[in-house]
Amino acid sequence: MNEGLDHWPFVIAAYVIGIGGTLAMVVWSWIAMRRAEARRDAAKGRK
Amino acid sequence: MHGFANPARFLRLARWMTPLLLVTGLVLVAGSLAWGLFYAPADRLMGETVRILYIHVPSAWLGMGGWTTIAIASLVELVWRHPLATIAARAAAVPGAVFTAICLATGSIWGRPTWGTWWVWDGRLTSMLVLLFLYFAYLALANAAQKDGIGAGSRVTAIFGLVGAINVPIINRSVVWWNSLHQPASITMGKSAIDPAFLWPLLICALGFSLLFGGVVLARMRAILADFQAEARLRRRAQRELATGRAMSSVEGAAT
Repeated sequence: MNEGLDHWPFVIAAYVIGIGGTLAMVVWSWIAMRRAEARRDAAKGRK
Repeated sequence: MHGFANPARFLRLARWMTPLLLVTGLVLVAGSLAWGLFYAPADRLMGETVRILYIHVPSAWLGMGGWTTIAIASLVELVWRHPLATIAARAAAVPGAVFTAICLATGSIWGRPTWGTWWVWDGRLTSMLVLLFLYFAYLALANAAQKDGIGAGSRVTAIFGLVGAINVPIINRSVVWWNSLHQPASITMGKSAIDPAFLWPLLICALGFSLLFGGVVLARMRAILADFQAEARLRRRAQRELATGRAMSSVEGAAT
Protein backbone atom coordinates (compact mmCIF):
# COMPACT_ATOMS: atom_id res chain seq x y z
CA MET A 1 0.00 0.00 0.00
CA ASN A 2 1.26 3.49 -0.90
CA GLU A 3 1.11 5.38 2.41
CA GLY A 4 1.67 8.80 0.83
CA LEU A 5 -1.56 8.80 -1.19
CA ASP A 6 -4.93 9.96 0.06
CA HIS A 7 -7.21 6.99 -0.68
CA TRP A 8 -10.56 8.80 -0.75
CA PRO A 9 -10.23 10.39 -4.24
CA PHE A 10 -9.59 6.86 -5.62
CA VAL A 11 -12.58 5.45 -3.72
CA ILE A 12 -14.86 8.28 -4.94
CA ALA A 13 -13.66 7.92 -8.57
CA ALA A 14 -14.36 4.15 -8.48
CA TYR A 15 -17.86 4.69 -7.01
CA VAL A 16 -18.69 7.39 -9.60
CA ILE A 17 -17.64 5.07 -12.47
CA GLY A 18 -19.35 1.99 -10.98
CA ILE A 19 -22.64 3.64 -9.99
CA GLY A 20 -22.73 5.95 -13.02
CA GLY A 21 -22.05 3.14 -15.50
CA THR A 22 -24.62 0.83 -13.91
CA LEU A 23 -27.34 3.51 -13.70
CA ALA A 24 -26.72 4.65 -17.29
CA MET A 25 -27.06 1.02 -18.48
CA VAL A 26 -30.29 0.45 -16.49
CA VAL A 27 -31.93 3.71 -17.70
CA TRP A 28 -30.82 3.17 -21.33
CA SER A 29 -32.13 -0.43 -21.37
CA TRP A 30 -35.46 0.61 -19.79
CA ILE A 31 -35.99 3.48 -22.28
CA ALA A 32 -34.98 1.27 -25.25
CA MET A 33 -37.47 -1.39 -24.08
CA ARG A 34 -40.35 1.11 -23.70
CA ARG A 35 -39.62 2.64 -27.13
CA ALA A 36 -39.44 -0.77 -28.85
CA GLU A 37 -42.72 -1.88 -27.24
CA ALA A 38 -44.38 1.41 -28.26
CA ARG A 39 -43.19 0.85 -31.88
CA ARG A 40 -44.60 -2.69 -31.80
CA ASP A 41 -47.96 -1.47 -30.45
CA ALA A 42 -48.06 1.27 -33.10
CA ALA A 43 -47.39 -1.34 -35.81
CA LYS A 44 -50.17 -3.49 -34.31
CA GLY A 45 -52.57 -0.49 -34.46
CA ARG A 46 -51.92 0.13 -38.19
CA LYS A 47 -54.01 -2.62 -39.82
CA MET B 1 -37.31 -25.41 -20.19
CA HIS B 2 -39.05 -25.70 -23.57
CA GLY B 3 -42.15 -24.12 -22.02
CA PHE B 4 -40.22 -20.91 -21.23
CA ALA B 5 -39.11 -20.69 -24.88
CA ASN B 6 -42.66 -19.63 -25.81
CA PRO B 7 -42.45 -15.83 -26.45
CA ALA B 8 -46.00 -15.16 -25.14
CA ARG B 9 -45.28 -17.03 -21.88
CA PHE B 10 -41.90 -15.28 -21.60
CA LEU B 11 -43.54 -11.85 -22.02
CA ARG B 12 -46.16 -12.64 -19.34
CA LEU B 13 -43.33 -13.46 -16.89
CA ALA B 14 -40.99 -10.66 -18.00
CA ARG B 15 -43.64 -7.92 -17.65
CA TRP B 16 -43.68 -8.19 -13.85
CA MET B 17 -40.18 -9.59 -13.32
CA THR B 18 -38.32 -6.74 -15.08
CA PRO B 19 -39.39 -3.90 -12.74
CA LEU B 20 -39.22 -6.23 -9.70
CA LEU B 21 -35.59 -7.22 -10.43
CA LEU B 22 -34.53 -3.65 -11.25
CA VAL B 23 -36.15 -2.02 -8.18
CA THR B 24 -34.97 -4.74 -5.74
CA GLY B 25 -31.47 -4.61 -7.29
CA LEU B 26 -31.29 -0.81 -7.00
CA VAL B 27 -32.40 -0.90 -3.33
CA LEU B 28 -29.89 -3.65 -2.42
CA VAL B 29 -27.00 -1.98 -4.30
CA ALA B 30 -27.75 1.45 -2.76
CA GLY B 31 -28.00 -0.04 0.76
CA SER B 32 -24.91 -2.25 0.53
CA LEU B 33 -22.74 0.44 -1.10
CA ALA B 34 -23.74 2.91 1.64
CA TRP B 35 -22.85 0.19 4.19
CA GLY B 36 -19.50 -0.43 2.48
CA LEU B 37 -18.71 3.26 2.07
CA PHE B 38 -19.75 4.63 5.49
CA TYR B 39 -20.06 1.77 8.01
CA ALA B 40 -17.64 -1.04 7.01
CA PRO B 41 -14.15 -0.65 8.54
CA ALA B 42 -10.99 0.21 6.59
CA ASP B 43 -8.67 -2.75 5.94
CA ARG B 44 -5.39 -3.14 7.86
CA LEU B 45 -3.34 -3.44 4.63
CA MET B 46 -5.48 -1.87 1.90
CA GLY B 47 -6.75 1.03 4.00
CA GLU B 48 -9.81 2.86 2.62
CA THR B 49 -9.31 1.39 -0.88
CA VAL B 50 -10.95 -1.84 0.34
CA ARG B 51 -14.28 -0.02 -0.28
CA ILE B 52 -13.59 -0.14 -4.03
CA LEU B 53 -13.88 -3.94 -3.87
CA TYR B 54 -17.65 -3.71 -3.16
CA ILE B 55 -18.01 -2.56 -6.79
CA HIS B 56 -14.98 -4.24 -8.38
CA VAL B 57 -15.61 -7.83 -7.24
CA PRO B 58 -19.34 -8.08 -8.23
CA SER B 59 -18.46 -6.43 -11.59
CA ALA B 60 -15.78 -9.06 -12.22
CA TRP B 61 -18.20 -11.90 -11.36
CA LEU B 62 -20.90 -10.45 -13.61
CA GLY B 63 -18.45 -9.79 -16.46
CA MET B 64 -17.64 -13.52 -16.45
CA GLY B 65 -21.28 -14.42 -15.69
CA GLY B 66 -22.39 -12.46 -18.76
CA TRP B 67 -20.24 -14.54 -21.08
CA THR B 68 -21.31 -17.75 -19.31
CA THR B 69 -24.93 -16.72 -20.02
CA ILE B 70 -24.01 -16.09 -23.70
CA ALA B 71 -22.32 -19.52 -23.94
CA ILE B 72 -25.27 -21.41 -22.37
CA ALA B 73 -27.83 -19.54 -24.52
CA SER B 74 -25.69 -20.15 -27.63
CA LEU B 75 -25.56 -23.88 -26.87
CA VAL B 76 -29.36 -23.97 -26.44
CA GLU B 77 -29.73 -22.05 -29.71
CA LEU B 78 -27.46 -24.43 -31.63
CA VAL B 79 -28.94 -27.64 -30.17
CA TRP B 80 -32.67 -26.82 -29.83
CA ARG B 81 -32.92 -23.80 -32.22
CA HIS B 82 -34.89 -21.74 -29.68
CA PRO B 83 -35.27 -18.15 -30.98
CA LEU B 84 -35.54 -16.90 -27.37
CA ALA B 85 -32.07 -18.34 -26.65
CA THR B 86 -30.69 -16.22 -29.51
CA ILE B 87 -32.36 -13.16 -28.01
CA ALA B 88 -31.14 -14.01 -24.47
CA ALA B 89 -27.52 -14.31 -25.66
CA ARG B 90 -27.69 -10.94 -27.43
CA ALA B 91 -29.38 -9.31 -24.43
CA ALA B 92 -26.64 -10.50 -22.03
CA ALA B 93 -23.80 -9.03 -24.13
CA VAL B 94 -24.27 -5.33 -23.25
CA PRO B 95 -24.56 -5.72 -19.44
CA GLY B 96 -21.67 -8.21 -19.56
CA ALA B 97 -19.50 -5.71 -21.44
CA VAL B 98 -20.50 -2.84 -19.11
CA PHE B 99 -19.63 -4.84 -15.97
CA THR B 100 -16.33 -5.99 -17.50
CA ALA B 101 -15.44 -2.36 -18.29
CA ILE B 102 -16.41 -1.28 -14.74
CA CYS B 103 -14.29 -4.14 -13.33
CA LEU B 104 -11.24 -3.04 -15.37
CA ALA B 105 -11.67 0.66 -14.53
CA THR B 106 -12.26 0.17 -10.78
CA GLY B 107 -9.46 -2.43 -10.61
CA SER B 108 -7.07 0.04 -12.20
CA ILE B 109 -8.15 2.77 -9.75
CA TRP B 110 -7.67 0.32 -6.84
CA GLY B 111 -4.25 -0.77 -8.19
CA ARG B 112 -2.68 2.71 -8.19
CA PRO B 113 -2.68 3.28 -4.40
CA THR B 114 -2.36 -0.44 -3.54
CA TRP B 115 0.20 -1.78 -6.06
CA GLY B 116 1.70 1.56 -7.07
CA THR B 117 0.65 1.13 -10.72
CA TRP B 118 -2.52 1.59 -12.78
CA TRP B 119 -1.91 -1.50 -14.93
CA VAL B 120 0.30 -4.59 -15.28
CA TRP B 121 0.20 -7.06 -18.17
CA ASP B 122 -0.31 -10.11 -15.96
CA GLY B 123 -2.60 -13.09 -16.58
CA ARG B 124 -5.68 -11.87 -14.67
CA LEU B 125 -5.76 -8.30 -15.99
CA THR B 126 -4.87 -9.25 -19.56
CA SER B 127 -7.45 -12.07 -19.77
CA MET B 128 -10.11 -9.69 -18.40
CA LEU B 129 -9.18 -7.13 -21.09
CA VAL B 130 -9.44 -9.91 -23.70
CA LEU B 131 -12.96 -10.61 -22.36
CA LEU B 132 -13.92 -6.96 -23.00
CA PHE B 133 -12.62 -7.21 -26.59
CA LEU B 134 -14.54 -10.49 -27.03
CA TYR B 135 -17.74 -8.67 -25.94
CA PHE B 136 -17.08 -5.90 -28.51
CA ALA B 137 -16.54 -8.50 -31.26
CA TYR B 138 -19.68 -10.42 -30.20
CA LEU B 139 -21.80 -7.23 -30.26
CA ALA B 140 -20.50 -6.30 -33.73
CA LEU B 141 -21.17 -9.82 -35.02
CA ALA B 142 -24.66 -9.94 -33.43
CA ASN B 143 -25.59 -6.55 -34.96
CA ALA B 144 -24.44 -7.71 -38.40
CA ALA B 145 -26.36 -11.00 -38.01
CA GLN B 146 -29.52 -9.16 -36.86
CA LYS B 147 -29.71 -7.43 -40.25
CA ASP B 148 -30.04 -10.89 -41.85
CA GLY B 149 -32.73 -11.99 -39.34
CA ILE B 150 -32.35 -15.25 -37.38
CA GLY B 151 -30.45 -17.43 -39.83
CA ALA B 152 -26.92 -18.52 -40.73
CA GLY B 153 -25.42 -15.28 -39.31
CA SER B 154 -27.07 -16.02 -35.99
CA ARG B 155 -25.45 -19.49 -35.90
CA VAL B 156 -22.02 -17.92 -36.54
CA THR B 157 -22.67 -15.59 -33.57
CA ALA B 158 -23.68 -18.56 -31.41
CA ILE B 159 -20.51 -20.48 -32.36
CA PHE B 160 -18.44 -17.40 -31.48
CA GLY B 161 -20.28 -17.21 -28.12
CA LEU B 162 -19.37 -20.85 -27.40
CA VAL B 163 -15.73 -20.58 -28.54
CA GLY B 164 -15.21 -17.34 -26.56
CA ALA B 165 -16.26 -19.17 -23.36
CA ILE B 166 -12.76 -20.71 -23.24
CA ASN B 167 -11.60 -17.36 -21.79
CA VAL B 168 -13.82 -17.68 -18.67
CA PRO B 169 -11.90 -20.58 -17.00
CA ILE B 170 -8.64 -18.90 -18.12
CA ILE B 171 -9.65 -15.74 -16.18
CA ASN B 172 -10.68 -17.84 -13.19
CA ARG B 173 -7.46 -19.90 -13.05
CA SER B 174 -5.05 -17.15 -14.21
CA VAL B 175 -3.93 -16.28 -10.66
CA VAL B 176 -3.07 -19.95 -10.06
CA TRP B 177 -1.37 -20.69 -13.41
CA TRP B 178 0.80 -17.54 -13.69
CA ASN B 179 2.72 -15.26 -11.32
CA SER B 180 0.48 -12.27 -10.71
CA LEU B 181 0.21 -9.12 -8.63
CA HIS B 182 -3.48 -10.00 -8.34
CA GLN B 183 -4.28 -11.97 -5.20
CA PRO B 184 -5.77 -15.50 -5.49
CA ALA B 185 -9.53 -16.01 -5.02
CA SER B 186 -10.64 -15.06 -1.48
CA ILE B 187 -14.07 -16.63 -1.90
CA THR B 188 -14.46 -20.16 -3.26
CA MET B 189 -17.42 -22.59 -3.10
CA GLY B 190 -18.52 -22.63 0.54
CA LYS B 191 -15.29 -21.01 1.83
CA SER B 192 -14.20 -17.45 2.46
CA ALA B 193 -10.94 -15.90 3.66
CA ILE B 194 -12.68 -12.54 4.15
CA ASP B 195 -13.70 -11.19 7.57
CA PRO B 196 -17.52 -11.02 7.99
CA ALA B 197 -17.28 -7.20 8.42
CA PHE B 198 -16.26 -7.01 4.73
CA LEU B 199 -17.96 -10.17 3.49
CA TRP B 200 -21.61 -9.28 4.22
CA PRO B 201 -21.75 -5.93 2.40
CA LEU B 202 -19.83 -7.58 -0.47
CA LEU B 203 -22.31 -10.48 -0.77
CA ILE B 204 -25.37 -8.20 -0.57
CA CYS B 205 -23.80 -5.89 -3.15
CA ALA B 206 -23.12 -8.88 -5.43
CA LEU B 207 -26.76 -10.00 -5.04
CA GLY B 208 -28.01 -6.47 -5.85
CA PHE B 209 -25.80 -6.13 -8.95
CA SER B 210 -26.88 -9.64 -10.06
CA LEU B 211 -30.57 -8.66 -9.82
CA LEU B 212 -29.80 -5.51 -11.86
CA PHE B 213 -28.00 -7.67 -14.41
CA GLY B 214 -31.06 -9.97 -14.63
CA GLY B 215 -33.44 -7.00 -14.94
CA VAL B 216 -31.36 -5.42 -17.72
CA VAL B 217 -31.17 -8.74 -19.61
CA LEU B 218 -34.99 -9.09 -19.41
CA ALA B 219 -35.49 -5.45 -20.52
CA ARG B 220 -33.15 -5.92 -23.49
CA MET B 221 -34.83 -9.25 -24.40
CA ARG B 222 -38.23 -7.48 -24.41
CA ALA B 223 -36.79 -4.70 -26.61
CA ILE B 224 -35.27 -7.15 -29.15
CA LEU B 225 -38.48 -9.24 -29.20
CA ALA B 226 -40.65 -6.12 -29.70
CA ASP B 227 -38.40 -4.98 -32.57
CA PHE B 228 -38.75 -8.41 -34.26
CA GLN B 229 -42.56 -8.35 -33.79
CA ALA B 230 -42.91 -4.76 -35.11
CA GLU B 231 -40.75 -5.60 -38.13
CA ALA B 232 -42.74 -8.78 -38.86
CA ARG B 233 -46.06 -6.86 -38.66
CA LEU B 234 -44.82 -4.09 -40.95
CA ARG B 235 -43.50 -6.67 -43.43
CA ARG B 236 -46.86 -8.53 -43.46
CA ARG B 237 -48.69 -5.22 -43.95
CA ALA B 238 -46.40 -4.22 -46.84
CA GLN B 239 -46.93 -7.64 -48.49
CA ARG B 240 -50.74 -7.29 -48.08
CA GLU B 241 -50.69 -3.81 -49.61
CA LEU B 242 -48.50 -5.03 -52.46
CA ALA B 243 -50.87 -7.94 -53.14
CA THR B 244 -53.94 -5.60 -53.02
CA GLY B 245 -52.21 -3.14 -55.38
CA ARG B 246 -51.44 -5.94 -57.86
CA ALA B 247 -55.02 -7.22 -57.71
CA MET B 248 -56.39 -3.67 -58.28
CA SER B 249 -54.13 -3.04 -61.26
CA SER B 250 -55.04 -6.40 -62.83
CA VAL B 251 -58.79 -5.59 -62.38
CA GLU B 252 -58.23 -2.15 -63.93
CA GLY B 253 -56.24 -3.76 -66.78
CA ALA B 254 -59.05 -6.24 -67.46
CA ALA B 255 -61.67 -3.42 -67.42
CA THR B 256 -59.76 -1.38 -70.03
